[in-house]
Amino acid sequence: MSVAELSLDLVYAAMAVYALAMLCSFVELALGRPVPTEAAVREPARAASRRAVAAEGSVLTEERPPAPPAAPAPASGPDAGRWGRIAVSFTIVAALLHLAAVVCRGIAAGRAPWGNMYEFAIAGSFAAVAVFLVALRRWPIRLAGVVVVPFALLVLGLAVTVLYTEPEELVPSLQSYWLVIHVAAAIISTGAFTLGAVLSAAHWWRLRTGDEKRLAGIALPPAQRLDTWAYRVHVFTFPVWTFAVMAGAIWAENAWGRYWGWDPKETWALITWIVYAGYLHARATTGWRGWKSDAIALAGYAALLFNFIGVNVWLGGIHAPYSGV
Amino acid sequence: MTATLGAATDSAGAPTPPSSAPSGPVLGVGGWLRWGWRTLTSMRTALLLLLLLAVVAVPGSVLPQRSSAPDEVATWIEDHGRLGELVDRLGGFNVYSSPWFAAVYLLLFTSLIGCVVPRTRVHWNALRSQPPATPRRLERLPVHRSFTVEQPPEQVLQSARGVLRGFRVQAYDRSLSAEKGYAKESANLLFHVALLLLLVTVAVGQLVGYTANKVVVEGGSFVNADGQYDSIRHGARFDGADLDPFKVTLDRLGVRYQEDGPRLGEPRSFDARVTWNDEDATGTASVAPNHPLEVDGTKVFLTGNGYAPVFRVTDSTGAVVYEGPQPFLPRDSNMTSLGAVKAPSAAGGGLAFSGFFLPTAAVDDVVGPHSTYPDLVEPKVFLNAYRGSEDGRKAGSVFTLDTDGLERIEDGDQPWLAQLGVGESAELPDGLGTIELVDVIRFANFQVSDTTGNGPTLAAAVLALVGLMGSLLLRRRRVWVRATAGEDGRTVVEVAGLGKGDADGLVTEVDRIADELRTPAASPPDTDRPTGQERT
Repeated sequence: MSVAELSLDLVYAAMAVYALAMLCSFVELALGRPVPTEAAVREPARAASRRAVAAEGSVLTEERPPAPPAAPAPASGPDAGRWGRIAVSFTIVAALLHLAAVVCRGIAAGRAPWGNMYEFAIAGSFAAVAVFLVALRRWPIRLAGVVVVPFALLVLGLAVTVLYTEPEELVPSLQSYWLVIHVAAAIISTGAFTLGAVLSAAHWWRLRTGDEKRLAGIALPPAQRLDTWAYRVHVFTFPVWTFAVMAGAIWAENAWGRYWGWDPKETWALITWIVYAGYLHARATTGWRGWKSDAIALAGYAALLFNFIGVNVWLGGIHAPYSGV
Repeated sequence: MTATLGAATDSAGAPTPPSSAPSGPVLGVGGWLRWGWRTLTSMRTALLLLLLLAVVAVPGSVLPQRSSAPDEVATWIEDHGRLGELVDRLGGFNVYSSPWFAAVYLLLFTSLIGCVVPRTRVHWNALRSQPPATPRRLERLPVHRSFTVEQPPEQVLQSARGVLRGFRVQAYDRSLSAEKGYAKESANLLFHVALLLLLVTVAVGQLVGYTANKVVVEGGSFVNADGQYDSIRHGARFDGADLDPFKVTLDRLGVRYQEDGPRLGEPRSFDARVTWNDEDATGTASVAPNHPLEVDGTKVFLTGNGYAPVFRVTDSTGAVVYEGPQPFLPRDSNMTSLGAVKAPSAAGGGLAFSGFFLPTAAVDDVVGPHSTYPDLVEPKVFLNAYRGSEDGRKAGSVFTLDTDGLERIEDGDQPWLAQLGVGESAELPDGLGTIELVDVIRFANFQVSDTTGNGPTLAAAVLALVGLMGSLLLRRRRVWVRATAGEDGRTVVEVAGLGKGDADGLVTEVDRIADELRTPAASPPDTDRPTGQERT
């Protein structure tokens, strides 16, 4: 078996373990399903409404049909937390396999393993999981894995089905050590912005529901903590992204004779930068901190994703022809 | 804008509000100016301008831009008729040099100046002032620790000065007030000033800089001088006389393509071997993508390459009317190339040819003649011929033939078509002449860019990054230590902290200070209790 095949097998193995981790997270959510208390059952009409309803500290959402009122009312299943911890263990194992896949790909290609869209996808999704796991050591954000792990799984799935390409020598325009620097910074920031987007979205949801609302019976951290963590992640990532854009400009100067040419990729990198700068300012502006700053952060993430997908598919430009990255 | 508004208001006297509206205070010119300036420099306006800048940058990525794809712009306008003209008039094909795009970023940067200047003043004063007086009730602060020790208050405060490393400390009545992280604001201001600097350096670089292009065939050369290039773009302050007159000769262009697998034909290396010489030096170099040649601060980039078939054309009198290489423009990744050969001096009003060059020729019933591999495996040209010349027309492209007014040469009832391999020749009907494909060489497209403006721009960008990191990663916090004599003869020590956005770090710091103040005496931590709510 060649190293390239080994890398691909490791990707499949990582996907399998990610799938297990995802299942365990879902089991946690399912077991954590709260049983309605009398207060909620007394208001079936409101319970049926589309929006989540909070009544006297207990909660119900439309997706969950009311259980018989006689049932006991624990806030969450006894083993919910254990399934969540198992999910994290699976995620760690999957991330290690994933890392090995990236490393093997680099060995097979004899260069930094991010020279085309397939490689960028597997490295970027690894970065997203890695940032999540590192953040998890500091903050109780296990539930963010419910989004990050399926996201990684989806990206890997797309990578092996749509984007896969044999490891080849790079086209001349990419043969530069700036590839290592510029794209590595872009990969790290993409991964970290992913966690930032998840936390910002969670914060937004928290603001709408209030701090007592539980997600499928599992207590989420209060809004203020989520906001702080989302901000910390963005504050870490924004300079990395700034560096990625600057390194790209330096490389462009060396490769094309101009450091900035308003190529669609460059333009959208700048748009992403501006929107995230807007988020950081919104956090400090009266009347903007809250759901508005969350919305700006999510818009920044949308611009980031558009730059990696939409620009390649619809807008083209000089980044597109060979690498797509 | 604001000035006009203010003047208009003034000349008309005060604007008279409709009688139904409640009449507020009347603003004079100064009032309007102040209002406008305050609005423009408010954080909310800055934020809106920032988001607006992101929005107005979008059309330039969706529409083709003249600066990078002039041909696509022309096609777009043609395809869209009046909409195309309208978009053109609105600056849709020059978004990044359009007045409305400039308006947004200039307003943003004006707002930035209006924000940075007063903040610099405030920060300057803060740098020279002492930490503020200790609040009366420290337990109300976000983090608060209280305990008792044996030492007298004076001694506690004395050792606290040692514990508060890196803080600026000011003594107040029975307490110390300490602050650190002034560099955070300094860095923040540096970042914003560096952005302004970046705008200025980019603008200046564009004013004096230039970018020029030249197609050079193997064996050919060019001189870095105004008028020597196929095209040159430069700023308003550019002076052609300032160009360093160095000369670059293309000795050989090496190429390598992927020879097997699914990526067959993908480029693997381009390498232009050149000889350069300026007034006092000469040398050889290899110019490749990512490896420009630098001569006298000017960079020479290899931005493209292609084939230049060498032709020999004779006319009806047998005279050689054309002899030499003619670059053909590559149209796809397998280097199917288009081009034209023009011999206006041929007897009978001139001869001209246009057609394809194929490095690896294949003829397909559907797509016609095309190339299946970018390297020279089976080179062929396919040419039609014309009588006449483009004389008197505006200098057109060397790659295409404007066939208006030219008469296509027919062979029977079919257009005459020559299919030539290297060394082959074809005769035109009626003894009009001959054309021979003598050889195939390559050409390189060199881009020459002036890099004088890049140093300052890079410096501004690096300053901005440094400022940004300092501004985001440094912490500013205040810590107070109070030591008072307790009723039991022991000393009550209070440590409290205040910080922005870093609750965990502040708790750690206050705990560290409290612990260090407790330990030297090794007294039992009898009343170790966090008090007050720990707010984040």
